[in-house]
Amino acid sequence: MTELVILSGKGGTGKTSLTAAFAAMTENCLLCDADVDAADLHLLMQPVIRQQTDFGGGGIAQIDPQRCTGCGTCIDMCRWSAIGDGFIVDEIDCEGCGVCVDFCPEQAIDFPTKVCGQWFISDTRFGPMVHARLGIAEENSGKLVSLVRREARNLAEKRNIDLIITDGPPGVGCPVIASVGGATSALIVAEPTVSGIHDMARAIELCRHFKVPVMVCINKYDLNVENCTTIEKMTRDGGLPVVGRVPFDPLFTKAMVQGKTLPEFDGNGTASDHVRQVWAQIMRTAAMVADESTTISALNN
Amino acid sequence: MIISIASGKGGTGKTTVATNLAASVNGPVQVLDCDVEEPNAHLFLRPNFKNRQTVLTPVPDIDLDKCDGCKKCMDICRFRAITVIGDTVLTFPELCHSCGGCTAVCPQGAIAETGRELGILETGSVNGIEFVHGRMRVGEAMAPPLIRRVRDCTWSEGLTLIDAPPGTSCPVIAAMKDTDFVLLVTEPTPFGLHDLKLAVEAVKILKIPMGLVINRADMGDEKVNAYAQSEGVPILMTIPFDRQIAESYSRGELFARTLPEWKARFQALFDDIALLAEKEGNEK
Repeated sequence: MTELVILSGKGGTGKTSLTAAFAAMTENCLLCDADVDAADLHLLMQPVIRQQTDFGGGGIAQIDPQRCTGCGTCIDMCRWSAIGDGFIVDEIDCEGCGVCVDFCPEQAIDFPTKVCGQWFISDTRFGPMVHARLGIAEENSGKLVSLVRREARNLAEKRNIDLIITDGPPGVGCPVIASVGGATSALIVAEPTVSGIHDMARAIELCRHFKVPVMVCINKYDLNVENCTTIEKMTRDGGLPVVGRVPFDPLFTKAMVQGKTLPEFDGNGTASDHVRQVWAQIMRTAAMVADESTTISALNN
Repeated sequence: MIISIASGKGGTGKTTVATNLAASVNGPVQVLDCDVEEPNAHLFLRPNFKNRQTVLTPVPDIDLDKCDGCKKCMDICRFRAITVIGDTVLTFPELCHSCGGCTAVCPQGAIAETGRELGILETGSVNGIEFVHGRMRVGEAMAPPLIRRVRDCTWSEGLTLIDAPPGTSCPVIAAMKDTDFVLLVTEPTPFGLHDLKLAVEAVKILKIPMGLVINRADMGDEKVNAYAQSEGVPILMTIPFDRQIAESYSRGELFARTLPEWKARFQALFDDIALLAEKEGNEK
């Protein structure tokens, strides 16, 4: 099975619009939205939810005022200053470490597990989709991302789907780390801006750190052609494939406003053409081809 | 006054607004770039960095000679960062949340604390702007402790602007918490609106007054405006899509410096925020 993860480092470079366009150009793929914190792919996919499951994160401290004697041990032990006046736990500050629970001499602190999101298995017009919603101001996004990817793999296996396209989150922190580990390859959607270049470099470094083969495409390339050359040089100098350029085109936004993918909205336009070429290049990269051939040879045996 | 600039969706223009605002206000201002995973504000403000320090977070360091294998450390750790197998104790520093539970619980006093590198903290200045940012080590998962270290540099008085990371989970909360005003930046598209709603809910949980900047205001539809009105979130500025602005951004320029009318508009934006924050403060 092949899993392509779409990343960018910087937010707003076009990860989700491109993920959706790729899905519209592919037969038999499964979509996975690993941006559980600000998930947007469903806005273009309009998934019909078939299965919804609660996601329980860690526990959270709750002090029972009946049992609490006000000794202050919990306040002394808490490294997040999460226990305020009147021995009330600030749920936002509580890290869920449970140290106060274990050290309370009165055993007055409960540690209930908190439901901090939901995950879904859905159907879309381009195939099945696994996605999630993390509650607002919640932690454990990395755990939820790992869960969503695991469920995506299980479902793909069950339905005989060879390709998973995963829409990743921005940044390089916990949910991104959970998105790249074990993926077949990562595509970084860069934009030709000083910040786009800076953040792309960090995203590449992250993929290398976790030994995931990485390739780069440039979105909105015509905003600064000089910076495109810089990106392409940096990428090639690092021995990585550049899989093409997509122009800045307001059609992406127009398609989004209508809840459509770019090829559905303007299948014969220039932007669609560019995206189609990028997609073809991606599927020809060594990492993607190698994995397909191993899948095929495994099937033949 | 501390103003945090946040968005929900990435790439809507947080850094653009934060840096242009910093370059426009009169008097001293401090900028804290709290997007430690992908810090960008320095690319536009170009401060001269004067100080750089490595930021560590405590993780357990086991003295096996003292350890008697009681497993209390393994039992207390909710993050599975310690495993005891026979005579050996394995620690997984990258999973450790630095709660100190294992050190405190060990009856043999066998667990000291050593440091895991979270990243670096750099400080500098440029044209009357004091600048601080954190750069998370690539491979490190936890942004909030480094964000809190950047926030520890906040001036005790005067104006501080915080460039927050995207999203609505723990890193954003760490950047917005206990600020006096949240300036949300969005774009009028379905993605922008969807993530703005999440961000507005997050700000409501924190009970902080807020206002909105709509960037690339002519590129989507009218739904963000309607939503802002229904929620009572004031729209304090709109920035049209302008290829000149987009291209100058791509080069790392501040358009408040090249287009003087924008400097005046950012000054007016600050005045509006100051009034709103003061009004809210009085109501409290």
